[in-house]
Order: sequence, then C-alpha cells, then structure tokens
Amino acid sequence: MTDALVDARNLRKEFGELVAVDGIDFEVRAGEAFGFLGPNGAGKSSTMKMIGSVSPRTDGDLRVLGKDPNEHGQEIRAQLGVIPQEDNLDLELTVYENLLIYGRYFGMSRKVINERIDELLTFTQLDERRHSRVEPLSGGMKRRLTIARGLINTPKLLLLDEPTTGLDPQARHLLWDRLYRLKQEGVTLIITTHYMDEAEQLCDRLVIMDKGRIVTEGSPRDLIEQHSRREVLEMRFAVGTQEEYAGRLEGLAPRVEILPDRVLLYTDDADATADAVAAQGIVPESTVSRRSTLEDVFLRLTGRTLVE
Amino acid sequence: MTMLALSGRVVEASARVYRRTWRGSVISTFFNPILYLLAMGVGLGQLVDDGTGSTTLAIPYLTFLAPGLLAATAMMTGAGDASWPVMAGIKWRKTYDAILATPVGVPELVVGHLSWVGIRLLFVTVVYSGVMTAFGATTIAQGALAIPPALLTGLGFAAIITAYTARLKDEQGLAALFRFAIMPLFLFSGTFFPLSQLPGWIQPAAYATPLFHGVSLCRGLALGTDFAVHPMYSITYLLAMLILGTLLAIRLMGRRLIT
Ligand SMILES: Nc1ncnc2c1ncn2[C@@H]1O[C@H](COP(=O)(O)OP(=O)(O)OP(=O)(O)O)[C@@H](O)[C@H]1O
Ligand SMILES: [Mg+2]
Repeated sequence: MTDALVDARNLRKEFGELVAVDGIDFEVRAGEAFGFLGPNGAGKSSTMKMIGSVSPRTDGDLRVLGKDPNEHGQEIRAQLGVIPQEDNLDLELTVYENLLIYGRYFGMSRKVINERIDELLTFTQLDERRHSRVEPLSGGMKRRLTIARGLINTPKLLLLDEPTTGLDPQARHLLWDRLYRLKQEGVTLIITTHYMDEAEQLCDRLVIMDKGRIVTEGSPRDLIEQHSRREVLEMRFAVGTQEEYAGRLEGLAPRVEILPDRVLLYTDDADATADAVAAQGIVPESTVSRRSTLEDVFLRLTGRTLVE
Repeated sequence: MTMLALSGRVVEASARVYRRTWRGSVISTFFNPILYLLAMGVGLGQLVDDGTGSTTLAIPYLTFLAPGLLAATAMMTGAGDASWPVMAGIKWRKTYDAILATPVGVPELVVGHLSWVGIRLLFVTVVYSGVMTAFGATTIAQGALAIPPALLTGLGFAAIITAYTARLKDEQGLAALFRFAIMPLFLFSGTFFPLSQLPGWIQPAAYATPLFHGVSLCRGLALGTDFAVHPMYSITYLLAMLILGTLLAIRLMGRRLIT
C-alpha cells in the first residue's frame, strides 16, 4: 500500500443481487481534489460511503488515512469531513446549534467549538443567520451549513457528495470559491458530481464511473485530449436537409457525431474544419464552434441514452 | 472518547432538540394523565364507589387508579419517544446518518437515545407522582418509591419499540403498534381495574404483559399494599425487556443504517 490518503483495490459493493460498485481501483493523494463523475446510479455515493467508513465493503481492499475502515472506522471518521448528497440537518435547531452538537459528537470542547463556529460562519457567509432556525433557510444556505458542519472538526480529508446539485449559479460559484480556498489550505477533497464544469473547475484528477466501474481516469485536460478533440463544431441544418448533408460531412473531421437535431464535428482546428465544410458547398443554417469540454468526454464514454 | 462519553453527546443533542420542541409534547405527557385522573379517578370513581371503596376494591377508586396510570403514562412516554422521533432520525430527516458519520457508532446512538428517553421519563414520572400526591392518592414518600419501577417500565418499552421501529418501512407500522399493542395494553393491564375482573381464560395473557408488571410494582409501592404478583418476577421481567430490547435495538438499527 502507498502513502495515499485513500487507496482502493478491487473495491466492490453489492446490495443483494445488485452490484453498485464493481471492483474499482483508485488512489487519492494528499492535497489534491479528486472527482468521481458519472450518471445516476453509477455507484458514486456507494463509493463515498465506503470511504466515509459508514458502509462496509463487500470485497476488495480499502485504506482511508492509512487505516482499514472495517477495523478503525471510528478513528477514521474522527478525521473526516462528510457532506452527504442529501442535507440531513436538524431542522428544529438553529444554525449555531447544528454546528455545536456536531462538534460535540467529535468530542470537542465547547470553547474550541465556539471558536471554530465563528470561523466557519464567516467562511460560509452565514454569520447573519447564526441564530436562525434551519428549517426556513434557502437550499443554498442549508448546503453551506452542511459544508460548515462537515468542517467543524478541521478534517484533513473532505468528502463532498454532489455539493452543488440543486443550487442556483450564484450559490454554486460561492461554493466553488470556498472549496478552492480549502484546497489552497491543504485540505484534500473528494467530490462527486454530474456537472462537467464543476469537475473542470475543481478537480485535479478524476475518474468517470459508469455502472459501478471506472471507465477512465486522468486530469480534465488529459481526458479531453484522450477522448475528444480540442474543439467542437456544432452545425444545425434547415429542417429536412440534415440527412442530405450529414453523409457528406463524414471524413471532414476526425470524428463526426450525428444527433437528431444537429451534427457535431470533433476537430483540432475548428476554423480549418469550417473552411473545409464550406469548400464542399455544404451550408448549415447555423454553426457554433467551441472548446471541447468534459461533457463531450462524459457523453462519449457513458452514452447519450438514459439507461436506468 | 469512550462509548459512555459519546452516548452522553447524543443525550446532549437530544436535550437541545427537546428544548426547541417540548411545547408539542407537553399536553400529551403532562395534561393527559391529569385529565385521566380527573375524569376516571374523580368522575368515574364517584360513580363506582362513594369514596370509601366498593364491593371489589377495598380502597377508593382514585387511589387504585393513580399508581396504575403512573406506569401506563411511563409506557406511553417511552413508546412515543421510541417511535416517531426514531423514524424521523432513520428515514424522514436522516439525522441518524449525520450522527453516524462522526465517531458516534450505532451502539452509542442507541444507548444515548435511550438514556435521553430515561431523562424524559424521569421528568414525567416525578411530575406525575407529585400530581398523584396532590390528588391525595398516595403520600410523598410512597409516591417517590413508585418512580423507579415506572422509569423501568417506560425504558423497557422504549428499548423494545426502538428495535421495532428500526425495522419499519413506514409510519403505518407505528399506527398499528399504538392501535393493536399499546392501546390494548393500556386498557387491559390492570390499570383501570384488577385483572380478576377479566374472564378467567384471558387472565394468563394479561399477566404475561409487561405493563401488568409495571402496574403491579407501582401500585404495591405507592399504596403499600400487596403486589399482584411477587415483585421479583416483575423486576426481572422488566429488566430483561430493557436489556434484551437494547441489544436487539442496537442490532436492528445497525442492520438498518449500516448498509
Ligand atoms: N442502501 C442501498 N440499498 C440497495 N441499493 C442501493 C443502496 N444504495 C445504493 N443502491 C443502489 O446502488 C446503485 C448505485 O447507487 P449510488 O447511490 O451509489 O449511485 P450514484 O452514482 O451516487 O447515483 P446518483 O448520481 O443518482 O446519486 C443504484 O442502483 C442504487 O439503487
Ligand atoms: Mg449519489
């Protein structure tokens, strides 16, 4: 085993007949932000719960902070911060009380907790809501409180399961900024997300999971280079003319993908490809050229159809 | 931290939640027993005897009823605290998941929860015992003696019902519990009338119920009269219910929450 903060070998989780995590290997190193990307049901949360030492693995090997969760779950949990997919705050209590009782579960003294709460409320911009009951708070505020709660014990390793799902753009950007700061302070982050932009923003390295397996691994840029092209040309055609033109586009770019409403050309140089298209006398109704994103990689690897 | 210290942290948190929510439960825990004492003890009592006993009871009905209601109230409190709040922690609010992500484990969670129910039971039985004394049903000293068995009764129910709730998919099972178990126990465990009033064939079943033993202990101690059954049997029964119930609750809660 290495000195990685999390080290998984052939990690497996079954729920009865259902295989949620199907033998995955990964390593999370100190100080990095590591992402699990994948569609619904890919096994992201199941993996997070095994790392969080609240869900026993079915098979394989797992070390978190150098220890085996099966034997040292309590010690591991003492050093982790966990932000679960669904907020599970005490809605009747105030913001302050939620943080206080959580700190107490970690065995912290009231004095230390109170100092920490002051810092965390400032950090998550919840100062003014200190004595508000949690129930009426907005989704973004609840999420921030859940994050503050996960940080109460000053963890070295923070597990964030879909930290920004359901939040508006302002709230997401605020959270990204806070997570980025945590990373700067040396906290290791493990993040699951459906959002490609989030993964691109936050993750140094990520794995894409599908149906319990890891389909690829690397930095966001590596993955785009490996599985897509630098740029994408999206063309729309007048109704009824797409079939006619689409066939003639084949060969004009390294990869051409035909969708019901548009054609995507994956290329290293969008301008050159656009010129080549024009030279063939093909006239799209509209053309958009953009950088290739993780979304292109994601859709390529996990498919465009919804399989549930 | 030790298991006990961590359980203590769960108690602390429960106390905080209670500070915010006690208003909702105060009617059922404090006023209902007083209402029962007034309606049944005083009202009905004057109908069935003239305050000096009746053909079957050597003592006034109010005096007979009050310690039985103490045990029954403890049962109700224990059952109530082990049902809806536990379901909320497991399923509706998922606060138990939040707790288990910390160093607190399932045994500490269950023991902490039951300890908190014990503290609640202590409030409730002390207040009730005071009310009972104020109604003239017992003396202060004898009323105080009846508190420990009432506590034990409430805790025994809380433990076993926590185990039951840990297995439930939804609240229908809770409604069924109160309708088909707690209510019949409340009515037929010797709280409102001596079991000798029941038809002979059903008496053994009534003697086997936990509340009967709680009532027997509370009544014997509060009134200084003979116990309906030897107190050692009752204490053993209720202690076993508490210990086995707690172990079962830990086991089933683990199965439910650690998946
Ligand atoms: N406690 C459980 N009992 C039974 N099946 C479960 C349990 N938890 C998860 N599963 C199943 O395991 C599979 C993987 O679920 P998981 O929650 O890990 O996916 P996910 O990648 O987090 O999905 P999402 O993006 O929707 O959150 C799903 O089919 C899910 O239904
Ligand atoms: Mg999930």
